[in-house]
Amino acid sequence: MNTEIKEIAIEEGSEKNSLFREAFFQLKDNKSAIIGFIIIVGFILMAFLAPWLTPFEPNSQDISIRKAPPFVSSHILGTDDLGRDLLTRIIYGSRISLVIGTISVGISLTFGIFIGLISGFYGGWVDRIVMRFIDIMLAIPYVLLTIVIVALLGPSLVNAMIAIGVSQIPQYARVVRASVLAEKENDYITAERSLGASNSELMFKSILPNSIAPIFVQATLGVGNAILSSAALSFLGLGAQPPTSEWGLMIASSREFVTSAWWIVTFPGVAVLLTVLGFNLLADGLRDVLDPRMKD
Amino acid sequence: MLKYILKRLSLLIPTLFGVITIVFFMIALSPGDPARVMLGERATAASIEKLRHELGLDKPLYVQYGLYLKRVVKLDLGKSIKSGQKVSEEIRDHLPATVELAIWAMIFSTSVGIFLGVLSATRKNSWIDFGSMAGALVGVSMPVFWLALVFIMIFSVKLDLFPTGGRMNIRYYFTSISGFYVLDGFITLFKSGDPKVLLSALHHLVLPAIALGTIPLAITARITRSSLLEVLNQDYIKTARSAGIKEKRVIYIYALKNALLPIITVVGLQVGMLMAGAILTETVFSWPGIGKWLYHAIEARDYPAVQGGIIFISITFVLINLLVDILYSVVNPKIRLS
Repeated sequence: MNTEIKEIAIEEGSEKNSLFREAFFQLKDNKSAIIGFIIIVGFILMAFLAPWLTPFEPNSQDISIRKAPPFVSSHILGTDDLGRDLLTRIIYGSRISLVIGTISVGISLTFGIFIGLISGFYGGWVDRIVMRFIDIMLAIPYVLLTIVIVALLGPSLVNAMIAIGVSQIPQYARVVRASVLAEKENDYITAERSLGASNSELMFKSILPNSIAPIFVQATLGVGNAILSSAALSFLGLGAQPPTSEWGLMIASSREFVTSAWWIVTFPGVAVLLTVLGFNLLADGLRDVLDPRMKD
Repeated sequence: MLKYILKRLSLLIPTLFGVITIVFFMIALSPGDPARVMLGERATAASIEKLRHELGLDKPLYVQYGLYLKRVVKLDLGKSIKSGQKVSEEIRDHLPATVELAIWAMIFSTSVGIFLGVLSATRKNSWIDFGSMAGALVGVSMPVFWLALVFIMIFSVKLDLFPTGGRMNIRYYFTSISGFYVLDGFITLFKSGDPKVLLSALHHLVLPAIALGTIPLAITARITRSSLLEVLNQDYIKTARSAGIKEKRVIYIYALKNALLPIITVVGLQVGMLMAGAILTETVFSWPGIGKWLYHAIEARDYPAVQGGIIFISITFVLINLLVDILYSVVNPKIRLS
């Protein structure tokens, strides 16, 4: 009897795992996921290889070539108002944006998974209290919550990451909870429980790995969102501080040149757009593949 | 139906109470002393202490919280440190500009979004579908403030078609009656037959409304497409088609009506997003609304104003969501019956 139950448990669990693996293979045929993946890898390579990709320094100024237009000199995308090479600043900026995206999603994921798991697994009054709190947090618009947290902590890049990470926690907790609620009803969980698996084993070893798919999609989307939010915070003067080559800050400091130097305004924005687009495309592809309804 | 509405309303009070509590403690526990901010760097310790006493900041936190709660219930959000004016009055003064901008952004995003979504769904896998969905994806990936600057660069600076900011031509001596300039424009038009105010108000609205509406447009187009595609696959549509009913009627009368349900939810959620997103758009276009006002309050560390502003926007957000939920239950019996 016991071995039979164990077999069911293993079978159901491994079926889910292979479903996930299969999904990854399917990604190869998903055009939007491939394009998104290529864009992201491009920006990651750019971030790592920055010093070898450009002969200039991101913060070295040469006022004799201020506001040099693009495509005419060795400064391919031109220079800014202080004579800094724009392409170099954008290349180095990719480091900052990717780090912000990853760390803030890391913060939201860690807390979101923990809260969602506890709430979904235990149910009852724990779930009711947690969900009420999450509903209240979600009642404050996300952009506003981020701005306020960072304004209160003081404007800096690190605080921007914390603010973005913290204000996204409720969304992750919700996604994790929903997926845990669906997963814990499965037979293999009942089987494992009857075999004496502890609550923490069930939560972290059985339920979490099997409910990871929607969390994965959310996290991919989240990196793009975090990059957008950090650009917005820097634009408002609440994120990165000069002379950091953060894209949002570059757009903010270009505001006064809308009449005279279009490239200073345009290119950093294109960089943000492309990176976020990469993550959104990948997330779209992942959703198509991981959502069983789409598969049917 | 009434039971459902009552149930939703009963959840409203704890949510509002929770929002006020979170915002109060977030601001009260943040580093920095409002009294010092108010008096500036040169103030002596004694005068700061005196002001702290006057503001009630020397009282224990739970007493401050109780007093704040009592005031908020009476719709008193305190006084702005910067202007000395009541926060509720400042909100009242700046609200019409934001509401006007949000309404036009909403009209733009919903009409164009639904149109593009229907176009994509009915021509699935065509170039039109591919183009508008790619456009929608680019739309959600774009920083709004950058788009606003690019608009200014192209349409204001290069082509000189629209103004770079503000709500009205500064040469017009004009006192607003309602706070809503387009409405004021209509009133002036009917009173004196002069269309100048109306045209100028609309002229100033075009770029900010399009910039603010871009992300909601993209989201609406995507949800319309997927929702309509799902409905178009259902049997009753196939039956309608096989009965020889014209395709346009099938799509616009039979399918779209049912596809509208998720669209209503998304559009409703966007109202809150628009209010919050206005902070960026209003800053770029020097639009004198709640967003720009709140931004300056944050910059000046004007605690009562920030506190009041966030509570106000969040409560509006909650109420709109509630309204959407009720509306949703009216059109979808499945929800209220469950």
